[in-house]
Parts: sequence; C-alpha cells; structure tokens
Amino acid sequence: MHKLTVGKVILYIVLCIIALVMIIPFYMMFVMSTLTTNEIYTFPPRLWFGGSLIRNFTAMNAQIDILRAFGNSCMVTISYTVLCLLFCSMGGYAFATYDFPGRNKLFGLLLATMMIPFTAGIIPWFMMMSRMGWINTYWALIIPGCANAFGIFWMRQYCQNNVPVSLREAAKIDGCSEWTIFFRVIAPILIPAYSALGIMQFVNTWNDFMQPLLILRRASMQTLPLVLKTMVSDRGTDYGAMMLASTCAVLPLLIVFLCASKFFMSGLTAGAVKE
Amino acid sequence: MKKNSAYSKGLWHEIVQNRVAYAYIAPFFILFIVFSLFPIVAGFGLSFFRWDGTSAMHFIGIENYINLLGDELFWKGFQNTLIIGIIAHIPILLGGLVLAYILNSKLVKGENIFKTIYFMPMVTSSVAISIIFQQLFSYNYGLINFFLSLFGIPNINWLAGDGSLIKVAVIVMFSWKWIGWNMVIYLAGMQGISQDVYEAAMIDGANHVQTVFKITIPLLKPIVVFTLIQSTIGMFNLFTEPFILTNSSWTGGVNNGGLTLMMYLLNKAPQGGTLYGYASAVAYVITIFIVVLSILFNKWSQESDTPRRRGR
Repeated sequence: MHKLTVGKVILYIVLCIIALVMIIPFYMMFVMSTLTTNEIYTFPPRLWFGGSLIRNFTAMNAQIDILRAFGNSCMVTISYTVLCLLFCSMGGYAFATYDFPGRNKLFGLLLATMMIPFTAGIIPWFMMMSRMGWINTYWALIIPGCANAFGIFWMRQYCQNNVPVSLREAAKIDGCSEWTIFFRVIAPILIPAYSALGIMQFVNTWNDFMQPLLILRRASMQTLPLVLKTMVSDRGTDYGAMMLASTCAVLPLLIVFLCASKFFMSGLTAGAVKE
Repeated sequence: MKKNSAYSKGLWHEIVQNRVAYAYIAPFFILFIVFSLFPIVAGFGLSFFRWDGTSAMHFIGIENYINLLGDELFWKGFQNTLIIGIIAHIPILLGGLVLAYILNSKLVKGENIFKTIYFMPMVTSSVAISIIFQQLFSYNYGLINFFLSLFGIPNINWLAGDGSLIKVAVIVMFSWKWIGWNMVIYLAGMQGISQDVYEAAMIDGANHVQTVFKITIPLLKPIVVFTLIQSTIGMFNLFTEPFILTNSSWTGGVNNGGLTLMMYLLNKAPQGGTLYGYASAVAYVITIFIVVLSILFNKWSQESDTPRRRGR
C-alpha cells in the first residue's frame, strides 16, 4: 500500500546522510584506534582499519591506567546513582502518598529549586569542598547532588499513578514497620521508575567532566573523562593511543545503549515530555 | 488545603504521626540547603569582596562587577557563547523538529533505527567526542578538510588560524550532539497529538510545511520551550568542547576564539587564578543571563492561545 515515490526516496536519502554524519565520528574513532600516529597523519586520511591496535594498547597503558580510571568511574557513578535512586524514591513516595501538614508548600518549594541554576554558587561550593577536605575525594561528587529535585518530582509522578495509599495501610495492619514497607512493598513497584531514572543519572555522571575536573586533582583518583583530558594535554601525544582510550571510554555505554536503545531514550527523556 | 488551623492542637499530633514522611523528604531539603542554597547565597555575598581564598576578605562593593563589565575578555567570551549558542540552535531546533516530523509521519520505515542512530551522541562523553572532532577538524590530515577538498576547497585551518573558526567546530559538535535529543523529545510530544488533527488538516488541503508550522509547532510549544531552556543553560555552561578542542587552553585558543563564559569563570578561580570574589561576580552575571532568558521563553510560551494539550 505504501508506494515508493520520488519524495520518499529523497526523504530516505536525507535521513541516511544525517545518520551517516552521526556515525562517522564513531567510525573514525574506531579506525584511528587501530592506526599509528604516522598513519593518522596522512592525507587523504585512512578510512579503513590498520593493524596497530595492540601497539596502541601498549602505548595507552604506558601513559594512563585505563582500568583504574574505569574502576574509578564505576565507583563514582554507581554510588551516586544508587544513593540518588534511594533518596529520590523516598521523597517522591512521601510526597505522593502521605498527607502531612505543609506538603503542598514543601513541594512547591522543591519545584522552585529546579529553577535556580547551579552556576550561581559554584565558587562557594568549591570553597566548601576544599574546607571540608573533600577535594580529591569522591564524596564531593556523590553527596551534594544525590537527592535532586528533578528526581523526586519525577518519582512522585510515578508513585501517584502506581502506588495506592491503601497498600501501605494494608501492610501496616499486617504489622510491617515503615522501613519494611518501603523496601519490601513499595520499592519493587518502583522498579520501572528506578531503571529509567537510574539510566538518566548514570549516563550524566559517567560523562561528567567539569565537577571531577575541579575536584579530582590526584591522577590515581581520576575518572575516564579526566584521564582522557590528561592524554590530550600531554603534548607530542600518541594519537592512536588517544583514540583507543576514547574508544574505551565511549564503547561500554554505547554498547549498552544499542542493546536497549528504546529503554534508554524513554528513560533519558522521560522528564522532558511529562512537563 | 483542606486542613486549616481550626484545630492547631491536632497539628502537632499530625506532624508527629507523619514523621516518617518528613524523614523521607529530609535528605533533599538538608542537602539542598547545605550544598546549593548556602553556596548560592554566599556566592552573592562573595561577589562584593576581593578574596584570594586564604587571606582576609576585602569588601569592595560593586568593583568586581565594574571590572568585569570593563573586561574585554569577558565580552569576548560572552560574544563567543552567544554566537555558538544562537547558530547551533538553528539545526537543533529546526532540524530536530523536521526530523521528528518525518519520523512521526509514517512516510518512512525503520523509524527506530534512525532514532537510535541520531541519539547515540547523547550517551557519549563530551571529552571523547571533542578528541575525535579535534582529529576530524585537523588542518592537514582531517576528514573534514579531505571532504571539502573533493569539492576543490583548499584546506581550512579550523582550530588555529585566526581563531574565529574554532566556533564553527564547536557549533558542529554542539548540534551533532543535541539534535537527536531534541528530536526524541519532540517525537514523544508529537505522538501525543491525535492523528485526527492531521487528517482534518490534510482534508482541508494543507501540505506538510503548513501542517508543521500551523499545527505541530503550536501544539508542541511547551515542549519546544522546555528544550530551548535546557539548551540555553547548556549553552551558558559550554566549556568542555572548546576546552578540549584547543588542547586544554583556558583562554580559548588563538585570539580567544573559543573562549566561553564558563571557561572565563573557571579560569579566574579555582582553576587558573584565585580571584574568588571576581569569579563569583562572573557566576552571578551568567546566572542572570540564564534566568532572564528562561523567563522570556516561558512568557513566550504562555502568550498566544493556550495550547490545546500540554505534555502527555
């Protein structure tokens, strides 16, 4: 029933060209991680894979400790995401199902905090971190933002639609404590919300550059983006190794994304569409 | 507001009864007050002082603001940020809308494949992306110059030269990264618009261009404004891309061609210098820009007819 018209062919061509533009940088990154610096420095550029992947790998390991950086990134990102999910779901759940005095006012306050850009306080924030001895620690990256207004707002929406108030009352009659109710009864219902919000927080933290740059000065503590930056600032650098390091930073998340892209996109944009 | 202070004796009882709820929301309010509210208020105060972070603070009134507005570099950073932001918004807004419209229109198949591909940049690290684009934009060996040379265009020195073309590279990267994000958001919004509206328009003889401008955009206005505010904040926080592209230069490369406001701020303190008071003043000026623009966009969104549907 769908006929292939000229207009449609043009549409496909346009879409494919844009898709190509999106893919080429990734493709070139993969290609360049298998080339030596001299092979990268040729004109016209090489567009097909070379045979220096192992050589680049050795060179990269001589410059940076990629496994360590990977571990550091995992450490920061996972701790942050877990804490964030815990606090946001607790907050969202409370706002959605409890009818406590001042609830609407407090929630209004929470919404208002979303309007304030973080930039305004960046200098005192940094001074605070340094006074508290949190420079070169992961606390500075994990604690300050882990109960965020957006997450609570979002969890509240989810709880309102999916968690009946009667559920808590029933569990209470059965003799469950509030904690048990939250972890045994409520949290399982929230799993879809956890995964969506979790993806959002995970991706943002994993790729964050500015805060770690200000906080993590010691090389052994640095996360992947910082280690990459270190490679760039060393002049006379080995470009093949640098590309391989970029690949290492990008590939894990990219693979997970490609496996579950629908899930990712709805998770990452979930807050946007629901106003 | 069904509970009034009619029985204020019961209020305390009610608070105690709901103490769990307060415990659940406490982490947010505590962390917000300590790590956001306090720094924001302190930053405003600090912006009236001269302070190197260690010795005594000197109150200097609005001198920081005066110096700042008189600093050519600040205006250079402002200009660069604005140029990059405004030009990059054309592809990410219009391109995002058009792509979303095409994928939503059922004219093409494989919608999900295209969506996935366009969204890929969003899950990748800006540092890695910047390193790749640095190579693609390289003067002698870059893929982009190679591509242009196929059309007989001589090699262009994007990242150095007189520095003005660094912005082009940043704009390309910014658009490359955000177009998919906007598209996915618009697409989700469009899927909430009833198909009947389009059919009615088609029956009335509207073509695709008219449908986009007369139906889709007005109905999507709240969502468009949302993405606009998001990318405006992104624009003022723009730092990583030009920083890496110019080999970690805090001054934005040749002739400060890639200097952004955020880079200017961080270079005053804590990264380059120790002008904490001055940097706070810069932070407040940037914040004012963001707040004013957000208010304007929100006004614009509330203007004209109320959209027939909001969100989903």
